[in-house]
Amino acid sequence: MSIWEYANPKKFMQTSSWALPWVTGMAVVTLLTGLVWGFFFTPDDFRQGSTVKIIYIHVPSAMMAINAWAMMLVTSLIWLVRRHHVSVLAAKAAAPIGMTMTLIALFTGAIWGQPMWGTWWAWDPRLTSFLILFLFYLGYIALWEAVDDPDTAADLTSVLCLVGSVFAILSRYAVLFWNQGLHQGASLSLDKEEHVSDVYAFPLWVSMAGFVLLFVALVLLRTRTEIRARRLRALEARERMA
Amino acid sequence: MLALLLRDLRLATRAGGGFGLSLAFFLIVTVLVPFGVGPEGGVLARIAPGILWVGALLACLLSLDRIFALDREDGSLDLLATAPIPLEGAVAAKALAHWLTTGLPLTLAAPILGVLLNLPTAGFGWLTLSLLVGTPALSVIGAFGAALTVGLKRGGLLLSLLVLPLYIPTLIFGAEAAKRGAEGLATATPLLMLAGITAGTAAILPFAAAAAIRVNLR
Repeated sequence: MSIWEYANPKKFMQTSSWALPWVTGMAVVTLLTGLVWGFFFTPDDFRQGSTVKIIYIHVPSAMMAINAWAMMLVTSLIWLVRRHHVSVLAAKAAAPIGMTMTLIALFTGAIWGQPMWGTWWAWDPRLTSFLILFLFYLGYIALWEAVDDPDTAADLTSVLCLVGSVFAILSRYAVLFWNQGLHQGASLSLDKEEHVSDVYAFPLWVSMAGFVLLFVALVLLRTRTEIRARRLRALEARERMA
Repeated sequence: MLALLLRDLRLATRAGGGFGLSLAFFLIVTVLVPFGVGPEGGVLARIAPGILWVGALLACLLSLDRIFALDREDGSLDLLATAPIPLEGAVAAKALAHWLTTGLPLTLAAPILGVLLNLPTAGFGWLTLSLLVGTPALSVIGAFGAALTVGLKRGGLLLSLLVLPLYIPTLIFGAEAAKRGAEGLATATPLLMLAGITAGTAAILPFAAAAAIRVNLR
C-alpha cells in the first residue's frame, strides 16, 4: 500500500470511485453542521454583531487557498521526480479549486471589511499576498491551457509551481516590509492560546474540517474527469489511426 | 560563453535587434504619467521613484520574448542545447546579454527621466543604484519566463502573466530603496534585500530556465 500504486490510473479510478461518495457525504455533513451551527446557534459578537459569522467561510477558504497551493507543490514534485501521471493531474485539478478558494477569501474579506474597517479593500500585507497568490494561480492555469502536449505542459507547470512557491513566499515577506497591516494576526492555533472564544471556535473547527473534505472530494472528482478526458483523447487518436 | 555573450550583444545592437525600443518605451511611459496624474510638481516628485521603477520593469518585459524565441526559430537553440557548455551557462550568458542591452541602458536613462518627473535631487543616486542592483534580477526572472513560453506560438501575453507576479518582490524593494533615498531616509535594508534577490535569482533560476528549455525542445 503506497502512493506509487496509484500511478496506475486504473487502480486510482477503482479506489477513488469507492472513496468519492464517502468523502462527498462526509463533506456535506460536516459543512452543514459547521455552517448551521455557526450561523444560527452562536451568539452575535458584542462589537461586531452578526458580521462575525462571515468567519465560518472566510477563514476555512483562506486556509484551503494556501493548502491547495502546497498540495500542488508536493504533487508537482512527485511528478518531476517519479513521472507519476495521476499526481500531476491532481495538481492540475486542484488549481482552479485553489483559485476559487482565494477568490472566496478575498470577497468574504471585503464584505467583512466594509462594516468593520470601513473599507472594502486596503493594501494590507495579508490582503495583498492573497491577491498575489491569485495571480500565481492564474498564471499556472493559463500555462496549462496554453501548451498542447500534455507531458510538456505537466513539466512546464511543475517547474513554474516550484519557482512560483519560492516567489510566493518571498512576496509574502516583501509585502510585510512594504506596508503595515490592518488585518489581525493568526487567531487560531494548535499549541498557543487562542484569540477566538470557544463559542465561535468549535463551529469554526468543524467548518474548516468541512472545507478540507470538500476540497478532497472536488480534487478526486476533477482528477477522475482529467483521467477520463485523457482516455477519451487516446481513444480518438486510435480511431484516427485505424 | 563569452562568444555567446558577444554574439547576443551584436545581434541586439545591430539593425533589427530592437535595442532602442525598450528605451523609447520607457521614455513614453514616463511622459504619459504626467498627462494621467496632472503636472503638479509635488505629486510627481512623490510618485517619481515608483513610476520610474514600474516603467523600467515594463520596458524590460517588452524585450523578454526575444531572449530565446529568435534562437528557437532559426534552430540555434537546439545547437546551444547540444553544445559542450552546459545549457544553464548559456541561459546565464543570454540573461546577462539581455541585461547589458536593456537593464543597463534603462538604469542610465532613469536619472534623465527623473528630471521630467521632478524627482528630488537626493533621489537620483539612489534611484540609479537601486536600478543597477535590481534590474539584473528582472533579466534573470524574465529569462526563466521566456524559457517557459519559448515553445508557444503566441507566448507574449502569457509571458507577461507569468513573469509580472514574479517581479513583485524586486519591484517592492527596488522602489522602496529609491523612495527612501529620495526622502533622505536610510536605504540599506531594501538595497540589501534587493541585492539578495538578484544574487539568489541569478544563482537558482538559470537551472529552472534550462530545465524548461529542455522540456520545450523535447
